[in-house]
Amino acid sequence: MTDVPSVPVRSRPPGWRGIVADWSSDQRAFKQVSWKKAMMWIFLLSDTFVFSCFLVAYMTARSSTTIPWPNPSEVFALHLFGQDIPLILIAIMTFVLISSSGTMALAVNYGYRRDRRMTARLMLATAALGATFVGMQAFEWTKLIREGVRPWSNPWGAEQFGATFFMITGFHGTHVTFGVIFLLIIARKVLRGDFDTGRRGYFTSRRGGYENVEVMGLYWHFVDLVWVFIFAFFYLW
Amino acid sequence: MPETIVHGPAVPDTHANLAAVAHEEGQHHPLKVYFIVWGWLFVLSACSYLVDYVGLRGYPRWSLILLFMLIKAGLIVAVFMHMVWERRALAYAILLPMFAVIVFVGIMAVESDYTVLIRREYFAADK
Repeated sequence: MTDVPSVPVRSRPPGWRGIVADWSSDQRAFKQVSWKKAMMWIFLLSDTFVFSCFLVAYMTARSSTTIPWPNPSEVFALHLFGQDIPLILIAIMTFVLISSSGTMALAVNYGYRRDRRMTARLMLATAALGATFVGMQAFEWTKLIREGVRPWSNPWGAEQFGATFFMITGFHGTHVTFGVIFLLIIARKVLRGDFDTGRRGYFTSRRGGYENVEVMGLYWHFVDLVWVFIFAFFYLW
Repeated sequence: MPETIVHGPAVPDTHANLAAVAHEEGQHHPLKVYFIVWGWLFVLSACSYLVDYVGLRGYPRWSLILLFMLIKAGLIVAVFMHMVWERRALAYAILLPMFAVIVFVGIMAVESDYTVLIRREYFAADK
């Protein structure tokens, strides 16, 4: 947002009247919101629908089968220290992802303080935690595939278990992977000082700003958000 | 980045009129807020794991899972994604469409209930 004269937003009415005023007539609806942030939010909304469709499909498959659903508490148990601990790997993955969300939130904050090194360091920590998450997911997939889980069958119950498991966690893991890649790209830009010197982007030829870190953060928090729902509905239900 | 102008004279959409340094606006909040939310996310995750660990079943299990899930999701969207500090026009544009998902869940719940009844009725082999 530059020093362009814009609508005096403070004079607008609060509540619903304000929303109507923002959306009515030929004007920009998202005031004080840059387009990169608005577009990221709209992308995340569409991505929410994609994940919702997967979870709804899972709900439909699970509640319409007459064959018992495999018990996730046992399926995802790990044998550690001489005993089976239920869901322990998934719990650790959850904590890893939440930790990464925290470091990302701090990175955004330090970005707006224009603390280049701290921002980059926190983003790299976020990327490392994200990579750890994907690694643990790969371990989990390997374990289940060795135990005979396939998209069309599994040793414990309803056949749809494998298909929904691989689809939902696979799609989420892909999101985490892309998030890690983009975290590394943005962290490099931060570290190089692109957002301080106004260096132009390679593909866009535009100058970035520390708001790019916040937009990156939106995506990363969304990945964590989706995991909250997967953890609740797929692993705990 | 260039912004659309609502009222007033059009400024040429060139990079020249943009300051080399990024604009100073953005989300400024004390770190404490993030640490509190971070801590709560850990506590709530531990709680939802405990639901499984102590072996709660049926409605207590489902309602607790949903409760912890919704609080966690709310905290992430509100604070980490800064939604409470955004303008209402953006927040409503993003959050209201979620009702379509809830309606869809309702439709498919009814549909799968019907499917399972039919399967129990006509496919004895599935029993």
